[in-house]
Amino acid sequence: MPTASVKEVESKPDSLPDPTDCAAAAINRSLSADQKIELLRTMFRIRRFEQISLKNYQASKIGGFLHLYIGQESVAVGTCSLMGEHDHVITAYRDHGHAIAVGMSMNECMAELYGKATGCSKGKGGSMHFFAPDKNFWGGHGIVAGQTPLGLGLAYALKYKGLKGCCLCYLGDGAVNQGVYHESLNLAGLWSLPVIYVIENNKYSMGTSLERSSAFRNCLAERADGYNITWDVVNGEDLYEVRAKTWIAMERAHKTCRPTVLEIDTYRYYGHSVADANSKKYRAEEEIEAYRTHHDPLRLWRKTLVAEGVLTEETAEQIDHEATHEANDAAKFADESPLPAESDITRDVYWEVDNDTESGRTGRHFFND
Amino acid sequence: MPQVTYRDALKAALAEEIERDENVVIMGEEVAEYNGAYKVTEGLWAKYGDRRVVDTPISEAGFIGMAVGASMLGIRPVVELMFWSFAYVAWDQIVNNAGCVRYMSGGLINVPIVIRGPANGGTNVGATHSHTPENALANVPGLKVVCPATAYDVKGLMKAAIRDNDPVMFMENTLLYSQPWEVPEGDYVVPIGVADVKREGTDLSFIAHGRAVITCLEAARVLEEEYNIRAEVVDLRSIRPLDEEAILRSVRKTHRAVVVEENKPFCGTASMIASIIQEKAFDDLDAPVRRVSAMDAPAIYSPKIEPLQLPTPARVVQTALSIC
Repeated sequence: MPTASVKEVESKPDSLPDPTDCAAAAINRSLSADQKIELLRTMFRIRRFEQISLKNYQASKIGGFLHLYIGQESVAVGTCSLMGEHDHVITAYRDHGHAIAVGMSMNECMAELYGKATGCSKGKGGSMHFFAPDKNFWGGHGIVAGQTPLGLGLAYALKYKGLKGCCLCYLGDGAVNQGVYHESLNLAGLWSLPVIYVIENNKYSMGTSLERSSAFRNCLAERADGYNITWDVVNGEDLYEVRAKTWIAMERAHKTCRPTVLEIDTYRYYGHSVADANSKKYRAEEEIEAYRTHHDPLRLWRKTLVAEGVLTEETAEQIDHEATHEANDAAKFADESPLPAESDITRDVYWEVDNDTESGRTGRHFFND
Repeated sequence: MPQVTYRDALKAALAEEIERDENVVIMGEEVAEYNGAYKVTEGLWAKYGDRRVVDTPISEAGFIGMAVGASMLGIRPVVELMFWSFAYVAWDQIVNNAGCVRYMSGGLINVPIVIRGPANGGTNVGATHSHTPENALANVPGLKVVCPATAYDVKGLMKAAIRDNDPVMFMENTLLYSQPWEVPEGDYVVPIGVADVKREGTDLSFIAHGRAVITCLEAARVLEEEYNIRAEVVDLRSIRPLDEEAILRSVRKTHRAVVVEENKPFCGTASMIASIIQEKAFDDLDAPVRRVSAMDAPAIYSPKIEPLQLPTPARVVQTALSIC
């Protein structure tokens, strides 16, 4: 009697031990005291960088949009701290945290915000478009979910070349309703591509709450079930949990090329962007205050390290002070940096033109007077 | 020299580039096991296998975006769109990602991808399957656009496109796939951005791209035989980069220009060419620059009527006579 071929179903949530055990996960046990302190330092650097950015945005030194990451630092810092040589990162427009987490300097980031030639993108990208391919960081993308197939492509290239790596592709909770994200999930599941979609669920897609924008049973990540992709939900305020659960996904990608969807619960304290004057109207001020007071990832990690005896309050203060100092120095660097020249407007459009190849010299590429 | 169809010349280019460069991957809907909706990739999967020739689900935004991402890490994807009309569901990936990522990264990234497929009307498939987006995509700095008209050009230009380090939008035509032309065996490259004079003339310049070149060659024959007017036919081959010198050289010789395209007239490719001619060769002109485009409506289905919507040799001849 013929039997229907039944596909092995793997799309169940990872069964991790109790979150309290995440600190005991091998990937966390292997952290030295210095490494733990560095994680705190990176979170401080992101926060102070953005606060100084905000100050200078309000002083009209910075144009366009400024989407602040403050409140979400543990996500970028925890996940990016796991990156090896062949692990890559791509994200959306709220990208300052990931940029600093992968090792970009405050100077190049701040100068980019200022639209200066010394910026990471020579002043051509702005806040939403930071890039550092030398650090495996592929942006910084402005269109919601537009980066989700790009991250898949990075994973495709890794697998094609036989490299043991993966792509951490970040998106917000608003991006899960874009079609191209679902196309990407289907391809990732179908072809077994080593991509990890990290949904940074900060509860609001711009000014629309999760409940008002998404249909779901229990969480957003479980939509991955339909694509036979393993998924998990992560408490973003706990750096140990972020690292432990992300590492499980990364090992899966490294060993089997299978994708994962991680939904990391987090919260942003500021608006969708600085232009979001309603940021305190679509949610209660008490809600924001409750997160700041009880769920702030930076404060919690600091408390953990003090409790573990690897950090003193004095050292924490010093790290904070150094981060603020570095951010102020970056603002000074940006302020004093030169602007791009008018002639730079038409550079970095075509590789062949920039490299003055035969192809770049053939035919008219630009149609200015 | 052997006669080879446009389709087979294209296929030969793909096969030779797969063999030349380990990073070249063909992907798209039905390109592998089905052998291609229009059989351009016939036999490639059987010969080169799953790794090099990849069937995708029907997810243009997904797989084009994926190809853009893969190209950032050094893969050289050649992505088939079954019809260029389907590009509209992948517009964000093509325009924002393929087109802008180099610029927004200050030149740190490049996207060596080719997106190819037919972009034409005239096959009674209605408006949704008959778009010609060469003008719209050439409007995006960062993208390159080529529209080959002959088998020789399609092979040489495909090789140039695959070897190019920028994103190339490669627009073919289903009505040309079966047309045979002389094509030499082996490797040759037609540079992107170089036009070709397909017929010499002295009285009038036809400037055209894609299948409109073939229409112009027929119109030029009629003009010579019936009116003793010798028309030159300049095949642009590439829209962006554009061989402006070739256009101006011809117009300065003939003093009259008709720009012919299967694009729609409003902000079409021919508008741009006409503008360049009047700006740079105004004193050489003995008559206004004229345009012949597809008639300005969505593509009609009716099989007996649709050919009239596209530029016909008769319409091109009429327009030429209006300025000669």
